[in-house]
Amino acid sequence: MLKINNLHASVEDKTILRGVNLEVKPGEVHAIMGPNGSGKSTLASVIAGREDYEVTEGNIIFEGEDIEELAAEERAHKGVFLSFQYPVEIPGVSVTNFMKTAINESRKARGLEEMPAKDMLKLIREKSEMLEIDRKFLSRSLNEGFSGGEKKRNEIFQMAMLEPKLAILDETDSGLDIDALRIVANGVNKLKSKDNAVVVITHYQRLLDYIVPDYVHVLHNGRIVKSGSKELAHELEAKGYDWIKEEVGA
Amino acid sequence: MDLKDKLVSSFLAFENRVDVDAYAHDVRSEAIKIFEEKGFPSKKEEAWKYTSLNSILKEDYSVFPKQENALEYHEVKKYFIHDIDTYKIIFIDGKYSSHLSQTTHDGIDVCLMSAALSKPKYQLVIENYFNKAAEKDSLSALNTAFSQEGAYIHIPKNKIVEKPIQIIHFSTGNESATMLQPRNLVVVGENSHVQIIERHQSLTDNPVLTNSVTEVFASKRAIVDYYKIQNDKATASLIDNTFIKQKRESLASVHTFSFGGKLTRNNLNFYQEGERIDSTLKGITIIGEKQHVDHNTLVHHIEPNCESHQDYKGIFGDRSTGVFNGKVIVEKEAQKTNAFQANNNILISDKASINTKPQLEIFADDVKCSHGCTIGQLDESAMFYMRSRGIPKKEARALLMFAFSNNVLESVKIPELKQRITKIIANKLGVNIGFDL
Repeated sequence: MLKINNLHASVEDKTILRGVNLEVKPGEVHAIMGPNGSGKSTLASVIAGREDYEVTEGNIIFEGEDIEELAAEERAHKGVFLSFQYPVEIPGVSVTNFMKTAINESRKARGLEEMPAKDMLKLIREKSEMLEIDRKFLSRSLNEGFSGGEKKRNEIFQMAMLEPKLAILDETDSGLDIDALRIVANGVNKLKSKDNAVVVITHYQRLLDYIVPDYVHVLHNGRIVKSGSKELAHELEAKGYDWIKEEVGA
Repeated sequence: MDLKDKLVSSFLAFENRVDVDAYAHDVRSEAIKIFEEKGFPSKKEEAWKYTSLNSILKEDYSVFPKQENALEYHEVKKYFIHDIDTYKIIFIDGKYSSHLSQTTHDGIDVCLMSAALSKPKYQLVIENYFNKAAEKDSLSALNTAFSQEGAYIHIPKNKIVEKPIQIIHFSTGNESATMLQPRNLVVVGENSHVQIIERHQSLTDNPVLTNSVTEVFASKRAIVDYYKIQNDKATASLIDNTFIKQKRESLASVHTFSFGGKLTRNNLNFYQEGERIDSTLKGITIIGEKQHVDHNTLVHHIEPNCESHQDYKGIFGDRSTGVFNGKVIVEKEAQKTNAFQANNNILISDKASINTKPQLEIFADDVKCSHGCTIGQLDESAMFYMRSRGIPKKEARALLMFAFSNNVLESVKIPELKQRITKIIANKLGVNIGFDL
């Protein structure tokens, strides 16, 4: 589904990714861990198509197609989804209207008619119930004045609405209390199928107790320096990242 | 001969042609003297520092269109708010079109300035109100000198006018260049309520210059809501001079939606002559190419316990230029004034510019006055966020712009009008999405 080959990327002439290789197959859950500044969020943004990051070498193949030249919205239409570490506040646009626009624009891009209002409402109701989101919340301005937990829950709600093939969850656990974490993880697990894949980017192992990865990768200094099974996450939790740095540095 | 000389020298001929009472004649004669003395404003004047009229004054305007032109409703239907019942006062090249209009004398007067200026039964109202709010600046004086046609609206006390009133000035451009000087008078009695929608629409690519004066008088506890739709062709320019005098406990609002035209200057002036008055001035400007829109506002707080709310949003693309000059005067007696002013702008092109200048002159000591101007770009991280959800760049931009101007749109009290303006904005931004935000 996703194949990243020797990916180098920089922002404002500062090189951040220095040769990332990663393959994600349908049905898999991958965790990418790593210390602060290792390039985790950059990797997520580059896959989603953020324009201020420049790919200087390597490529990103999604479903057999090199997506480097595609705009963020085109990648979204193909089924890439990024749950933001810091969801952006957009005053004046309600959650509902934002989702309606997003879904209908995606449908338009796929040559489909707009979703009938009745179906849209049903879908919104269904997905918001799954994530235990209050109805009142949906008419509020997108992310404006939301708590950290509300923002993250809202991200997963959007994921549930858009049903992506590949979901990248960037630090979705930060700012969540244990109850919210459980709800969010539950939502992600319910959305998981043999046809889609999830990449969980996290600093801590905590979220991985709920969303259990098939593979764990450690990103350090812009490269994946170690890959393993979910036990690697436990090891990192117990020992921190320093031993990896030493291992690689040596 | 330049435009000023042409206007001054044609004044006598104009006076001989039209039929007015002695009072109006005196007002006009005085006004032409003011214009002759002052001439058109230049950039040397502080209030015109950022707006030059030079490029529009050089045309050889026909100052009194000779031909009478007719229009069929279906040709111009799209310029009307046609999905609700309204009174209509419609002009074609400055001449009244009875065919397109729907006026009334049934308990209220929704009719013509030319009738009011010449018929004895209106004489008292004319003497009490005509040219009693307008300033003696050169452009208003010029309009006064040639005031002849426009809307005359007189609502006696205790009347809620159920239907909005549309005033539309069409220009057909059968002359190579046309100058129009409509003159509107709106007198609203105690406890009465009226809604007015005004539009200037050119139907030609020939240059049109409109120098309009509107005087509004809101009596005690009256409510006046005035909406101006400025979405004219790129060859049409408008100088709108609006003067609103309010008596105690009245509420008056003016919403100005500026999307079209070559050069648009809005001189909007509020005078609060009583206590507990509320004045609202709001606007959305979305322009591109080489368009220019200048909002020059004045709120004069004269008495205590009054409020004013100004909220202007501007989005400027291409090489367009904007000006906001908002003056608030709070007199010494006007204690407990609450004056709020905001002007927020987004520049979506490197070559667009906005000059914004709040001007507060406060002589009272117990007042709340706030003002804030911002100039920014569209938030790039918000753009990426929306695009990552599948909303294309153009639509994402449009959505952000709608969100940016939404609180002004929200305060439009006529739903059909709000819908229409939403549509005009979507058109302007080249998108087709439902923005029921």
